[in-house]
Amino acid sequence: MIGGLFIYNHKGEVLISRVYRDDIGNRRHAVDAFRVNVIHARQQVRSPVTNIARTSFFHVKRSNIWLAAVTKQNVNAAMVFEFLYKMCDVMAAYFGKISEENIKNNFVLIYELLDEILDFGYPQNSETGALKTFITQQGIKGQHQTKEEQSQITSQVTGQIGWRREGIKYRRNELFLDVLESVNLLMSPQGQVLSAHVSGRVVMKSYLSGMPECKFGMNDKIVIDKAGKGGVTDDVAKSTTGKQSIAIDDCTFNQCVRLSKFDSERSISFIPPDGEYELMRYRTTKDIILPFRVIPLVREVGRTKLEVKVVIKSNFKPSLLAQKIEVRIPTPLNTSGVQVICMKGKAKYKASENAIVWKIKRMAGMKESQISAEIELLPTNDKKKWARPPISMNFEVPFAPSGLKVRYLKVFESKLNYSDHDVIKWVRYIGRSGIYETRC
Amino acid sequence: MTDSKYFTTTKKGEIFELKAELNSDKKEKKKEAVKKVIASMTVGKDVSALFPDVVNCMQTDNLELKKLVYLYLMNYAKSQPDMAIMAVNTFVKDCEDPNPLIRALAVRTMGCIRVDKITEYLCEPLRKCLKDEDPYVRKTAAVCVAKLHDINAQLVEDQGFLDTLKDLISDSNPMVVANAVAALSEIAESHPNSNLLDLNPQSINKLLTALNECTEWGQIFILDCLANYAPRDDRESQSICERVTPRLSHANSAVVLSAVKVLMKFMEMLPKDLDYYGTLLKKLAPPLVTLLSAEPELQYVALRNINLIVQKRPEILKHEMKVFFVKYNDPIYVKLEKLDIMIRLASQANIAQVLAELKEYATEVDVDFVRKAVRAIGRCAIKVEQSAERCVSTLLDLIQTKVNYVVQEAIVVIKDIFRKYPNKYESVIATLCENLDSLDEPEARAAMIWIVGEYAERIDNADELLESFLEGFHDESTQVQLQLLTAIVKLFLKKPTETQELVQQVLSLATQDSDNPDLRDRGYIYWRLLSTDPVAAKEVVLAEKPLISEETDLIEPTLLEELICHIGTLASVYHKPPSAFVEGSRGVMHKRLPARTGSGESTESPDVGTIAGGSGTETAPSIIPSQGDLLGDLLNLDLAPPTTTGPPPPTSGMQMGGMDLLGGGLDSLMGDESEPLGGDIGGSAAMGAGFGAVPAVMPASLNAPMGGGLGDLFDLGGGVGMPLGAYIPPKTVWLPAMKAKGLEISGTFARRAGVIQMELTLTNKAMSVMTDFAIQFNRNSFGLAPAGPLQVLSPLSPNQTIEVSLPLSTVGPVMKMEPLNNLQVAVKNNIDVFYFSCQYPISMLFVEDGKMERQVFLATWKDIPNENESQFQIKDCHLNSDAASNKLQASNIFTIAKRTVEGQDMLYMSIKLSNGIWVLAELRVQTGNPNYTISVKCRAPEVSQCVFQCCEAVLKN
Repeated sequence: MIGGLFIYNHKGEVLISRVYRDDIGNRRHAVDAFRVNVIHARQQVRSPVTNIARTSFFHVKRSNIWLAAVTKQNVNAAMVFEFLYKMCDVMAAYFGKISEENIKNNFVLIYELLDEILDFGYPQNSETGALKTFITQQGIKGQHQTKEEQSQITSQVTGQIGWRREGIKYRRNELFLDVLESVNLLMSPQGQVLSAHVSGRVVMKSYLSGMPECKFGMNDKIVIDKAGKGGVTDDVAKSTTGKQSIAIDDCTFNQCVRLSKFDSERSISFIPPDGEYELMRYRTTKDIILPFRVIPLVREVGRTKLEVKVVIKSNFKPSLLAQKIEVRIPTPLNTSGVQVICMKGKAKYKASENAIVWKIKRMAGMKESQISAEIELLPTNDKKKWARPPISMNFEVPFAPSGLKVRYLKVFESKLNYSDHDVIKWVRYIGRSGIYETRC
Repeated sequence: MTDSKYFTTTKKGEIFELKAELNSDKKEKKKEAVKKVIASMTVGKDVSALFPDVVNCMQTDNLELKKLVYLYLMNYAKSQPDMAIMAVNTFVKDCEDPNPLIRALAVRTMGCIRVDKITEYLCEPLRKCLKDEDPYVRKTAAVCVAKLHDINAQLVEDQGFLDTLKDLISDSNPMVVANAVAALSEIAESHPNSNLLDLNPQSINKLLTALNECTEWGQIFILDCLANYAPRDDRESQSICERVTPRLSHANSAVVLSAVKVLMKFMEMLPKDLDYYGTLLKKLAPPLVTLLSAEPELQYVALRNINLIVQKRPEILKHEMKVFFVKYNDPIYVKLEKLDIMIRLASQANIAQVLAELKEYATEVDVDFVRKAVRAIGRCAIKVEQSAERCVSTLLDLIQTKVNYVVQEAIVVIKDIFRKYPNKYESVIATLCENLDSLDEPEARAAMIWIVGEYAERIDNADELLESFLEGFHDESTQVQLQLLTAIVKLFLKKPTETQELVQQVLSLATQDSDNPDLRDRGYIYWRLLSTDPVAAKEVVLAEKPLISEETDLIEPTLLEELICHIGTLASVYHKPPSAFVEGSRGVMHKRLPARTGSGESTESPDVGTIAGGSGTETAPSIIPSQGDLLGDLLNLDLAPPTTTGPPPPTSGMQMGGMDLLGGGLDSLMGDESEPLGGDIGGSAAMGAGFGAVPAVMPASLNAPMGGGLGDLFDLGGGVGMPLGAYIPPKTVWLPAMKAKGLEISGTFARRAGVIQMELTLTNKAMSVMTDFAIQFNRNSFGLAPAGPLQVLSPLSPNQTIEVSLPLSTVGPVMKMEPLNNLQVAVKNNIDVFYFSCQYPISMLFVEDGKMERQVFLATWKDIPNENESQFQIKDCHLNSDAASNKLQASNIFTIAKRTVEGQDMLYMSIKLSNGIWVLAELRVQTGNPNYTISVKCRAPEVSQCVFQCCEAVLKN
């Protein structure tokens, strides 16, 4: 299991060090080994797992902070990384951004957390909701609790529903559902889709009283086909959903969702954590609506000039508006000057980023726009050709490019007297660009 | 609140100040001071001097302060064990606290204080906490048992904590169950044979129930534990799989990978025609793909595992090629792994897409990645025949870019393509030759030279090209030198008229001016071949090459099986078994996939004897045929080695002659296994035979007619690398003249430069001349067999004695003998066949690479059961331990470590036998006592006695 955990700043100075096991030997040695071989390594490290003198180091970086887990055993590597991410989440939930200053300001708290969420190198309950009930920055709460409160805390930390405490009350029962999708594309210069997929997340903010039982439904092809067979005709199914169903390649759920029930009935039922959390993630590859199409044209005029023309076309309902559109056209390293003409928005050559950045605030569906640029090059005797990185795009659209629709989210709370109808529900769809690239 | 100020105190006299503050009456001041202490501790300052002052702060109601003090205790208790006792009382008191959080905190911290004296006091509180009414305390206590076991395993057993821990598996609280499973799994790892976890269908059922209810981490513990269970039959296996599959939708990648591990393992047991088997295969693909949208570090872990899964069950992901396409801003470690998997998944169906991608990658910036991409194109060509042409043209395009490392990489892979599809793409050679000058890496140069040599007949200026390389021959790396030697010999055999000078030049460069034994040997072999039998040389050098395999870099199947059992863990990331990177006994236990029930597929390892032998194509030369005339004539000109003064060495035809005569009688005695002797020179000659092949042509008799420079050189070569002589027993008479019609044979065995020699003295005590000697062995325990014919070249006249040295190989047929080192020999001459038996010292079979790594030694020593250990006394030996060690080392008995305990030197030694058996030994030498004690441990205890005799003989001589 995990033998120790270190946090370093960008210079390699250690901010936090907690050793769980003796087998990693001298603390200083391990701390230094990682600094010397990874943080200060002359060459960029080529793997997030490094073995130095029979000791394995796992590291992740958050801005310029290094988090490293150390072990001498054959640990579950996936678990170690998941734990490191989780630790970042927990710290962020307690004190915001993970920075050197914040870590120094909260080092006592971090040690307290590390003591709680990792015991002898075994990860323990690390749900912030539960942790916040008994690890507080005041640290004195322990004394003033009643016996009932104490046992409530411990049963929550160890219990089946570790993510929610009992006795939550809201005057207004309300929930927000955000369907956040990021659409990824890799397209050839000729316009052929090399790969495309949507990775989506359903994020829920719940402000519900008691221990509500929820059931979530969407236009999942398997569910709708099953319903079709079960007596309801296809027409009915279509009329109720309005839109066709979508094929979900795979999905994963927050730990509150009953997986065995999903496996057998494909129904998504759960008792939600309080506040904001990610209910599910999913991935689709079929029938994706690609909101934009990029048509590049690059022409080399002699050895010192490059002509670039890029057309973008929006491909969605004209009534919808895309926002925050940004097209990034890479330029060669030996660029000396750039002249740009664009029909819409603003375009700028950014020498430090080796790219022309073209920004458009808003663009409606079924429109098209164009930019053309002349790039002057310095003559070089470098034999190596310019690698021509792909043209990338960023945008935000108010629909789900996968076609996913929320059909229902039902709330049942038998003990308290509010029903599904009393809950105020909000649904929002946001499609963003993931890695959206066209080769040129 | 800003705690960062504690990091900035660097004043002198700081410890003093802190001491004062720690002893202050004000609570707040105390707390501040402890915080400062912890901050100093974190940045690496030694604050152990404050131990008593900090411990004094422990008795407090303030939970935060208490936790800080505990943190300090965990760090420094070990360095101040006596003072740590001061803390015990508070711990014991805290374990009775009404607040469960404080009870748990106390028991958790106590387990982290690794001081022996404290553990005694820990037992009672721990026992109570294991039965605490509060689940939070119980789950903490469960882990504490593992902590205590790590400090004092015996204590845990004696106190019966293991049974209590087992009971916790049936606890009502899922988290308690999960932690108990984790603790038991860890304890079980250090007791490989105990039945600690005692997994049975009932307990498995409990685990599966808890699986649905516990935290994500708990699910991982339980799944990893489940993976060690061996279901009784395919039904049980299926029902477990059914209950594990829902985990594939968990958001935590580690839960998913651990579930994949369980499924991959238990799937082995399902019959393939079962519907469920197909369903399961289909269910595995999507979650694996989803792992690729996780954070890059996890992607890396996932990709390393997918690499294994794809090798084990390619069908799972065969349609998912696209998801492994590299993204422009993937971190380099993800890119390289994706590329590997792309090649494994490449097939006729997707090759067009793959190639287009690879071509794209070959223009990227990262050099390693580009190289790998170019190499991948070559591998696609070899793997998918239909694509070969397209791959070759892609490679040519890349060569045109003139980017140096791209060109070199392309040439290396084109060489392999030529090997796979001979006589198909040679039209590209011209393009390759244009780039000759830009090649500066050995591998690329060697590949190019190979191409020139192989296709010498089609390259007009092949001789010029090769000659240009020859100029800087001694500056080249060995790889290039060897390749150049072979290429020029090939060229010579193809165009003998024009290249004589060149071949002489390279042969003399290789044999006379080089210090490299490999190069020299290869040079001599070619020289000898060319000068004795050019036709045979042609057959050997220009022999048809075996096809190269389609898949490269495949992990060896048994290792793959083991790694599949370790999916998700570090072993699967490193692609190494845990024993390769984990110290001590923990995790060294090898895991295996379960066998399919019902079907009787036995995968016995093939007989040792049959593996070897089959390497060489038989190249017994025919009597010089007429077609080789021209070549033969040319060679007769002046190709004999310059140093030879005597007549040319005997032709191989004659050497073989003796063997043929052996024929009937001996064969019927020996059974049907008589191997063609000396047949392996041909097969290995082209591949750079090392010492192994040399003795086969070694003229050993001292008074043989040639005995010229060549022979001397060989003798010299034989002596290199063995400065300290290994022990050689004196010669004894094996076959008295009385029994053998006047032929007396005495002999001994020796090991010189890694080659086993049988040294014989043949004396003719009869009246008539003896000729036509030959020798044959019966099957024996270690597969000893003559590696060449018995070289008695001239007839043995009456009263003459000759010394013959016969090289032996260990690849002959194996049969266990009694005693183990017994060897039955048949010798034939023109008079009769004689039989005798002799015993060889087992030290002859100790190979040179028998030095074990210390860690491996330790692990192996522990691993071999104690009943295999035998102890012997060596009496009257007056060496000190160092001299003994040196002496033993000379006979390939390697000392790995030396330890001195109470005036007794303990030497730990390892030996490897030629058949791969390891023998470990411990030699105890007491100063002033001439009697040594040696303990020998080996998986095959039969050899112990022999090994002991040998050590004794070595030490006493």
